[in-house]
Amino acid sequence: MEFSLPQFSSALPEIFILGMACFILVVDVYLTPAYRFITYALIQGALGGAFLLTLLQFGEYPEPIITFSGHYVVDKLAILSKLCILLFSFFTFAYARDYIKSRNIESSEYYLLGLLAVLGMLVMVSANTFLTMYLGLELSSLALYAMVAMYKESGDAAEAAMKYFVLGSLASGILLYGISLFYGLTGSIELHAVASALGDRQDVAALAAMVFVIAGLIFKFGAVPFHMWVPDVYQGAPTSTTMFIATAPKVAAFAITVRILQQALPGLQDSWVPMLIVISIFSMLFGNLVAIAQTNIKRMLAYSSIAHVGYALLGILAGPTSTTGYSAAMFYIVTYVMVAAGAFAIIAIISRSGVEFDNLEDYRGLNARNPWLAFMMLLLLFSMAGIPPTVGFFAKLGLLEALVQANYVWLAALSLIFALVGVYYYLRVVMLMYFEEPHPHASAPISLSARMLAAISVNGVAALVLGVLPSFVIDLCRISVG
Amino acid sequence: MAAFLIIQGMIVGVFCAMDAILFYVFWEGMLIPMYLSIGMWGSANRSYASIKFFLFTFFGSILMLVALLYLYNKTGSFMIQNFYGLSLDLTTQKWLFAAFLFAFAVKVPMWPVHTWLPDAHTEAPAGGSVVLAALMLKLGIYGFFRFSMPITPLACEKMAWVMIVLSLIAIVYIGLIAIVQTDMKKLIAYSSIAHMGFATLGCFMVYNIAVDSHSLETAYMSLEGAVIQMVAHAFGSGAMFLGVGMLADRSLTHSRQIRDYGGVANSMPIFAAFFMLFAMSNVGLPGTAGFVGEFMIIMSAVQSHFMVAVFASLTLILSACYTLWMYKRVFFGVVANDQVASFKDVSRLELFNYILLAAGVFYIGLYPEPLINILRPTIGHLLLQSLSPDLALSVTDKLYL
Repeated sequence: MEFSLPQFSSALPEIFILGMACFILVVDVYLTPAYRFITYALIQGALGGAFLLTLLQFGEYPEPIITFSGHYVVDKLAILSKLCILLFSFFTFAYARDYIKSRNIESSEYYLLGLLAVLGMLVMVSANTFLTMYLGLELSSLALYAMVAMYKESGDAAEAAMKYFVLGSLASGILLYGISLFYGLTGSIELHAVASALGDRQDVAALAAMVFVIAGLIFKFGAVPFHMWVPDVYQGAPTSTTMFIATAPKVAAFAITVRILQQALPGLQDSWVPMLIVISIFSMLFGNLVAIAQTNIKRMLAYSSIAHVGYALLGILAGPTSTTGYSAAMFYIVTYVMVAAGAFAIIAIISRSGVEFDNLEDYRGLNARNPWLAFMMLLLLFSMAGIPPTVGFFAKLGLLEALVQANYVWLAALSLIFALVGVYYYLRVVMLMYFEEPHPHASAPISLSARMLAAISVNGVAALVLGVLPSFVIDLCRISVG
Repeated sequence: MAAFLIIQGMIVGVFCAMDAILFYVFWEGMLIPMYLSIGMWGSANRSYASIKFFLFTFFGSILMLVALLYLYNKTGSFMIQNFYGLSLDLTTQKWLFAAFLFAFAVKVPMWPVHTWLPDAHTEAPAGGSVVLAALMLKLGIYGFFRFSMPITPLACEKMAWVMIVLSLIAIVYIGLIAIVQTDMKKLIAYSSIAHMGFATLGCFMVYNIAVDSHSLETAYMSLEGAVIQMVAHAFGSGAMFLGVGMLADRSLTHSRQIRDYGGVANSMPIFAAFFMLFAMSNVGLPGTAGFVGEFMIIMSAVQSHFMVAVFASLTLILSACYTLWMYKRVFFGVVANDQVASFKDVSRLELFNYILLAAGVFYIGLYPEPLINILRPTIGHLLLQSLSPDLALSVTDKLYL
C-alpha cells in the first residue's frame, strides 16, 4: 500500500485550535482567579489566529485539496464556513463574558468547551467522508451539551441539557445508521465514492439510507419534524450558550448538508428535493405560527429559527435546478446567524444583572431605557422579518430568485405568506419597545460597557450596511458553493 | 422629524427607481419609518393601527415581489424598461395583474382593502396623516401607471370592468360611509378613499374608451384627469388633515370629534376661511383644484359608458354632503364650549403654510394648462405602451380616418 504523508498545512487552523486548547488547559491550572482574563484573552486569540490562518488559505488553495487519505477536504465552501464559524464564535464569546460572570458560571471550562465545539465544527465542514463528518459532529455536540448544562443552579438548564443530550444522541444514532447503510451499499464512506457507486440507484435501501442521513442532519439544523429540542434548549440554556448554539453550529450544519446532498447524493435528488420541500414548508408554517403564541422572547426566537431554517432549506432544494440556489441558501444562513447572534446578545446584555429578562414584557419601553439598544434590536428584528433595506430582505430575495428560477413560483409565494405571519411577531416586539412606556418597577436606564456597545453596534449596523451593499458577501457565497 | 425625512426620501426613491428591486426596496422601506411614526406619536389606539397598516401593505407587496421575480426570470434583468417589451400570454398576464393589483390596491386604497386607511389616518399624528394622504396614496396609482398598465396591457383590458366597478363602489359606498363619520380625520380619510377611487377610475376607463369610442383624445383626457385628481387631492386633503391637526392641537383634549367643536369660525375666522377653500376643493367646486380632475374624468366617462358617468357624478353630491355638513357642524353655529371660544387664530407659520397650499389649489383650479402640457407627452408614451397592439390599431385607425 502506498504511504503518503498527509498535507498537514491544509489542516492548520484545526491543528492550531487543538494546540491552543491543550495549551490553555495547562496554563489555566497555574492562573489565580484574578488572572482569569488571560484565559479569555487566549481563547479569543486562538479564534483570531485560526481566523487569520483560514483567511490565508483562501488565496492559497484555489482548487479543492483532498488529503488525510481522502478524509479531509479544503475547498471554498469549507474555508468560507470556517471563517463564519470562527467569526461568530468570537462574537458570541465576547458577548458571553459579562453574562456568565454575573451568573457565577464563568470558568475556563466554559470557554474551553466552546473552543472544542468550534474545533468539532471546523472538522465537520472540512469532512470528505461520513466518518470525519460524524467525528466533528459528535465533538461539537458533546461540548454543546456540557455548555448547556453548565448553569448548575438553574433547573431549566439541566432539563434543557438532558433533552438536548437524549434527543441529540438519538439523532446521532439515526445518522450513524444511515451512514452504515450507505457503507453497506457502496463499500465506501467517502462522499464522491458513494456518489459514483450509487449512480442512479433509486431502490429502497438507498432511499432508506438517505432518509436516515437527512433526518440526522435535519435534527442538527432544528427543522420540523425534528425541532422539538429547539425551543426547550434555547429557552433553558444560559443565554450566552443559546447564542452560541444558534449561530456557529447552524453554519456548520448547513455546510455539511450541502456537501452531502450535492456531492454524495446527486443521483437521489429526485427523492430528496420533495422531502426538503415538505420539511421546509412545515418548518416555515410551524415556526412562524407557534412563535406568535410565545411570551418568552428566547422561545419566540427559537421558533423563529425553525422558520428561518425552513427558508434556508428552500435554497438547498432549489440548488440542483437553479444556478444560485446553494449560494442563496449560504447567504441566507450566514446573515440570519449574524442577526440572531445580535438579537440574543441584546437579551444577554439586558439580563446581565443576574435576573433573566427574557419575557416579552421585559422589553416594554426599551426605547426609553436605552434608545441605541432599542434601535439595534429594531434593525435586527426587521432584518429577521425580511423588510428592506435590511440584509434579511436581500437574503430572502436571493432565495426567491432561485426558487422562481427552479420553477417553484408557488413555493416562493407560499414562503412569502409565511413571512407575513412572521412579520407580526417581530413587529410585536418593536411595538413593545417603542410604543409602550416602561414598567414602573423596571424603568431604570440600561447602561452598556464600551466593549458591548461596540460589539452590538457592529452587529446591528452590519444588518443595515449589508442590506445596502450586499454584493460582496453574495459574491463570496457564489464563489464558495457555486 | 428624521422619520418624515426618511419617508420623503423613500417616496422620491420609489418614483425615480427604474430598477424593480430598487423600487421594491423603497416601496417597502418606507413602511418602517411610517410604522414608527404612527406608533410612537399617534393617539390612543396607535399600536393596533400601526400594525394593521404594516401588515396590510406588506401583504400586498409580497405578491408583487413574486411577480417581479417572475418577470426577472423571463427577461434576465430587473430593469423595468425591459419588462415592457415582453409578450406574455393572457393567463400569465392575468396572474401578474392580480399580483400587482394586490400591492397597488392596498396602497391606493381601493374598495375592499381600504380598511387600514381610516385607522392609520385617525391614529397618526397630523404630519403623518398629511404624508399618508398627500404622498403615500399616490404611490398606488403610480404603480398602476408604471407596472400594471404597460406590463400587462391585455389583462388590464380584460379586467378593466372589474377595476371600474371597484372604483365606483369606492366612490359611492365610501362616500356614504363618510357622511356618517363623527371623527373629522376619519371623515377626511374616507373622502380620500372616494377621491382615489376617481383616480383609479380614470386609469382603467382608458380601456373601455378605447374599445367603445375609439377616441384617443378621450383616453388622454381620462388619464390626465387621474393624474390631476391625485395632485389636487394632495393639496385638498393634505390641507384638511393639517387643519384638523391645528384644531386638535388647540383643544386641550386633542379631540378630533366633530361634536366637541362648533362655532370655530367665531374664534378663528382666517382659519375658517382657508378651511372653507380646501373643503370646496374637496367637494369639487369649479375654480378649485378638485374640480379639474373630476370634471375631466366624468367627461371621459360619458364617452365610455353612460352609467359609469352617472355613478361617478354622484360623488359631487356625496362629497358636498359630507364635507359641507362637517364644515357646518365644526365651524358654524353657536360656540360649543369655552375652549373653542379661547382658540387662537392661525399663527404666522401656519398662515404661510396655508397660503402656499391655497395658491396650489387655485393654480390648478384656474389654470391647469401648464400642468396638462407637461403631462401630455408622458401620458402619450404611457398610452402607447399600455394598449395592446390590436387595441392600439383600432384607436389610431379611428383617429386618422
